Amino acid sequence: MTSTISPQVRMANDIAVQFEHKDADEAAEEIAAHIRMFWDPRMKSELLRLAGSEPSSFEPTALAAARRL
Amino acid sequence: MGLLKEHDFGTPPQPGPASVTVEIDGVPVAVPEGTSVMRAAAQTGTDIPKLCATDSLEAFGSCRLCLVEIDGKKGTPASCTTPVAEGMKVRTQTPKLEKLRQGVMELYISDHPLDCLTCAANGDCELQDMSGVVGLRQVRYGYEGENHLDAPKDTSNPYFDFDASKCIVCSRCVRACGEVQGTFALTIEGRGFDSKVSPSANDLFMDSECVSCGACVQACPTATLQEKSVVELGMPTRSVLTTCAYCGVGCSFKAELRGDELVRMVPYKDGGANEGHSCVKGRFAFGYATHPDRQLNPMIRERITDEWREVDWETAISHVAEKFRDIQARHGVGSIGGITSSRCTNEEVYVVQKLVRAAFGNNNVDTCARVCHSPTGYGLKQTFGTSAGTQDFRSVAEADVIVVIGANPTDGHPVFASRMKRRLREGAQLIVVDPRRIDLVRSPHVEASQHLQLAPGTNVAIVNALSHVVVTEGLVDRSFVTDRCEEFDEWAEFIAREENSPEATESITGVPAEQVRSAARLYASAGNGAIYYGLGVTEHSQGSTMVMGMANLAMATGNIGREGVGVNPLRGQNNVQGSCDMGSFPHELSGYRHVSDEAVREVFEKLWERPIIPEPGLRIPNMFDAAVDGSFLGLFVQGEDIAQSDPNTQHVNAALSAMELVVVQDLFLNETAKFAHVFLPGTSFLEKDGTFTNAERRINRVRPVMTPKTGKDEWRVACEIAQAMGYDMSYEHPREIMAEIAAVTPTFAGVSFDKLDKLGSVQWPCNDNAPEGTPTMHVDGFVRGKGRFVRTPFVATRERSTRKFPLILTTGRILSQYNVGAQTRRTANVAWHPEDVLEIHPHDAEERGISSGDEVTLTSRVGTTTLRAEIADRMPVGVVYTTFHHPVTGANVVTTENSDWATNCPEYKVTAVQVGLRHPVERHEAARDEEPALAD
Repeated sequence: MTSTISPQVRMANDIAVQFEHKDADEAAEEIAAHIRMFWDPRMKSELLRLAGSEPSSFEPTALAAARRL
Repeated sequence: MGLLKEHDFGTPPQPGPASVTVEIDGVPVAVPEGTSVMRAAAQTGTDIPKLCATDSLEAFGSCRLCLVEIDGKKGTPASCTTPVAEGMKVRTQTPKLEKLRQGVMELYISDHPLDCLTCAANGDCELQDMSGVVGLRQVRYGYEGENHLDAPKDTSNPYFDFDASKCIVCSRCVRACGEVQGTFALTIEGRGFDSKVSPSANDLFMDSECVSCGACVQACPTATLQEKSVVELGMPTRSVLTTCAYCGVGCSFKAELRGDELVRMVPYKDGGANEGHSCVKGRFAFGYATHPDRQLNPMIRERITDEWREVDWETAISHVAEKFRDIQARHGVGSIGGITSSRCTNEEVYVVQKLVRAAFGNNNVDTCARVCHSPTGYGLKQTFGTSAGTQDFRSVAEADVIVVIGANPTDGHPVFASRMKRRLREGAQLIVVDPRRIDLVRSPHVEASQHLQLAPGTNVAIVNALSHVVVTEGLVDRSFVTDRCEEFDEWAEFIAREENSPEATESITGVPAEQVRSAARLYASAGNGAIYYGLGVTEHSQGSTMVMGMANLAMATGNIGREGVGVNPLRGQNNVQGSCDMGSFPHELSGYRHVSDEAVREVFEKLWERPIIPEPGLRIPNMFDAAVDGSFLGLFVQGEDIAQSDPNTQHVNAALSAMELVVVQDLFLNETAKFAHVFLPGTSFLEKDGTFTNAERRINRVRPVMTPKTGKDEWRVACEIAQAMGYDMSYEHPREIMAEIAAVTPTFAGVSFDKLDKLGSVQWPCNDNAPEGTPTMHVDGFVRGKGRFVRTPFVATRERSTRKFPLILTTGRILSQYNVGAQTRRTANVAWHPEDVLEIHPHDAEERGISSGDEVTLTSRVGTTTLRAEIADRMPVGVVYTTFHHPVTGANVVTTENSDWATNCPEYKVTAVQVGLRHPVERHEAARDEEPALAD
C-alpha cells in the first residue's frame, strides 16, 4: 500500500510543520526557499498545479509557499 | 613489492618531546619520557630479542628474553618494562645476556613441536626467528617429560585455528583481545605449567565471546593462532597496501598474496584510521570478491521477464547509450538519471555524476547516502558550513565525555569502537542515547554513566532538553559563543522555553527528567565533550533537525574546534563521505556547492564544455515517484541494491517496473537486477584503483590487488557510455580523474595520487592552506565563518503506534553482516548471522505467545514479512528491532514512505507494526497433540 496523498503535497506539508514556530509570512518564505533549493523543476510544477487543484490538502504555510514559487 | 613488514618497536610510543637521552650499545638516542629501553634500542636500529612484547601492546615482561644490562644497575632487567632515564647506558649484547637468552629459548623449545618445515607459520614465526637470533644450538631437556604437545586444536572459528600445542603462553593474544579490541574474551586459565589460553570459560572460540576481529591472530608470535587461509594456501610472499571496502572507518590493510592469489588481509599498523586493528569483516570476509555468484560478463534483455543474454562490452555499452538517448528523445532530457555508489571509489563516483550532468544533461544524480547520511549533509552545512565530521578518529583519545547517539559502534564501526572503549577504560565517561540497550551501555570494563533510553522518534525532544539544561543552568561557554557563533540569543530564547525542559519532554521521550539533567551537566562540564552519531539520528522524519540540534549543543558548550570534542557522523559505508564530496547530490556539485551558484557552474562548464542546469535534479525517492508518474524512465544504478535497501519495497518495485531502461552495475545479480534490462559487471575493491574517503574525511588509496575480473575498470564503463552518447569523456588512469577533482574542488585542491602515495593519506580540506590535510575542522573559525545556531522545535513523526499497529519497529546492522549482505552473505560470516531475526521484549512476546525461535509475521500499514523472533530484554517494551541483511526477510517491505523533511532520507527507524505468530493455530494444535505424551 502506498500513501494516496501526492508525494509533493506530503513533502511540502512535512517541511511546513517544521516552520510552524515562525510567523506565517516568514514560514512561507523559508518553505519556498527550501523547495527552490532542493526540488527538481517538475516537482515544483506539480506542486503548483496541486496548489491550484486541491488546496485543501495543503498546510496553510505550504500553500502560501507553493504560491511564491 | 615483496612482503611488507612494519618494524616492531616492542612497546608503544610515548607522547611528548624526545627529552631523555640514553646510550644503547654506545649509540646515543633521545626519546620521550616513559619510553621503554626496548623501544629506545629499536630506534637506534637494535632490536632486542623478544617474544611477549609487541608495540601494539603495553609491556608485559613475561618472556625474559629481552634482558639487558644497564650501567649502575644490578641484575638484568627486562628492557620492555624498564623505562629510560637520562644518561642511562644500556648494553643489549653481552656474553651473560647471550647465555641467559639461550637458556630461556631452550625451555620454550623443549615444549614446542619441532615441525617448522611443515608448519604454516614457517618463515613468519617469531619463536623460530628468536631461536636464530639468540643462537640456540641445542635443547638439553628432551621431550620425555610432561609437555603440551598433545594439546587439542580448536578449529571452530571459520577463519582461524587455535593450536594449543604451539602456544608459548606469552599472553599477547589475551592482551590484544583486551587492550586493542576491548572484548576481553580471552584469558589464561590455570597457573604455572597448567597455564593455557582460554576463550571465555574454557569454550571453543566459536562458542565464546570472541568477535573474530583477528587481533589475537595478529599478535600471536607463533602458529598457535593462524589464519586457515595460510594453512591452506601457504605463507604469502608479497603485499599490496589498500583500503577496506566495508564500513566508513576505512581501515588500511596489507593484502597479502602468494603469486596472484590473495591469502589474507592484515591490518596496516601505519593506517591512519585503524592503526593496525581490524574487524571480522575487513580482516576475514573478503571471499565474496572471488565468489562464483559473481557475474563477470555484461548482459542485456528487452523485458525483465526475459532471460538474460550475455553480450560483449561494446554491445552492452552501445545498447545502453542508444536506449538512454531514445528515452530522452521521446520524454525529454530529464527523463533519465543515475545513482552513484558509496561502495565505489571517488574516481568511479565522480565519473558517474559527470556522466549524468554532462552527457545526460541534467542533475538527476543521487547517491545511496540519500538513505543514510543526507541529513548530516544538510544539518552540518546549515550550522558549521560543510558536510563533514569535525574530528579524526584519534581525537576520541582526548575526550572526557563521549556521547553516542543513535549509533552502535561495536557492531557498525567496530574498529573505531575499540578506540572508544580504550578511552572509556582510561576513565572517560559515556552517555548513550538509544532506544535499545546496545552493548556499549554495559560491556567488559565499560559502563555508561547515563543511558537515555528514549522512545523512537523523539531524538529532537531529547537534544532540546539537553540544551535547555545547558542554557538555563548557566553551562553555556559564553566566550566561545560570543567569539565564534551567531544567532545564539534567538536560539537560547527558544531553547529556554518550558516546552523544551526535561520535565516537559519526559512524557514524549520516556526519559526521566533528572536523568536528562544529569547527562547534560556531565557533557557540558566535561573538559572535552565529543558527540558520535549514526543512522539512529539521521533516518528519522526530523533527521536534519536532530543533526542541527547536536551542532547547537556542541557549540553552546564550546565543544568544537580542538581535539577530543566535535560532532562526528559514523558513516555506514566505506565511501559515503567521498560519494557526497564528489557531487553526487542532485543539488550540489563537488565540494558541496549548489548548482545555482553561477561562478561554480562556470568552473565545470569551462572544463566539461557542457552547460550545467542551475536547478536541482531528482533525489532517489523523487525518482521513484516520477517513475510511477511516467516522467522518469531510465536509470543507471552504480553498486546499490535499491530494491532491497530502500524503504517501502512495493513502491520501489512499482517504480522500477515502470521504467523502460534500468541499468545495474554490480558484483552480483542483486534484487534490483531483477528489474534491470542491462547488467554491467562491477569490480570488487580488490580490483579497483582509486581512493575512498572515510568518516573522518581521510582520503585513502585503494590499490588493485588483481586485474578486473570483468575485463574492464569500472570508471571506464561510465566514460564509454558517455562517449557512446556523444560526450567525450576519457581518462588514461584514475590519477587523472583525481587531478580533475582537485582542479574543480577547492577542498581537494592539494590531493593527488602522488601525495597520497607519499603521505599514506590526507584529510580534506587539503589545499594551499593545509597542504597535508586537516585532522580537526573549525579550529580558528567555522567553514561558514560563524557557527550558526538554528532553532529546532520538536515535531512528532506522523508514524504513530495504533491499536492495529501497536509496536514500533526500528532497524539496524549487526557486526558480522554488512548492509544488504550482498558481500558478507557470500562469506563464512553467515556462521554468526544466517538470517535476520526480530528482537522483541519479553513482555511484548509473552502477550503474543511468542517464544525465541518462533516464526512471526511483521506487519505495517504498507506490507508484511516473516522472520524468527528472538526474545531480548535489551529492547524496551513496545519496540521491536531487526536487521536488513537478508533479502529473504525483506525488512523494507514494511518500512514506509515517511522521510526526513529536509532531505527525504527515509524514516527507517520508526515504523508502526504488529507482530504475531505466523502459525498460531498450528502451534496451538501441536501443543494440544503433545499433551497426552506429556501426561504419560
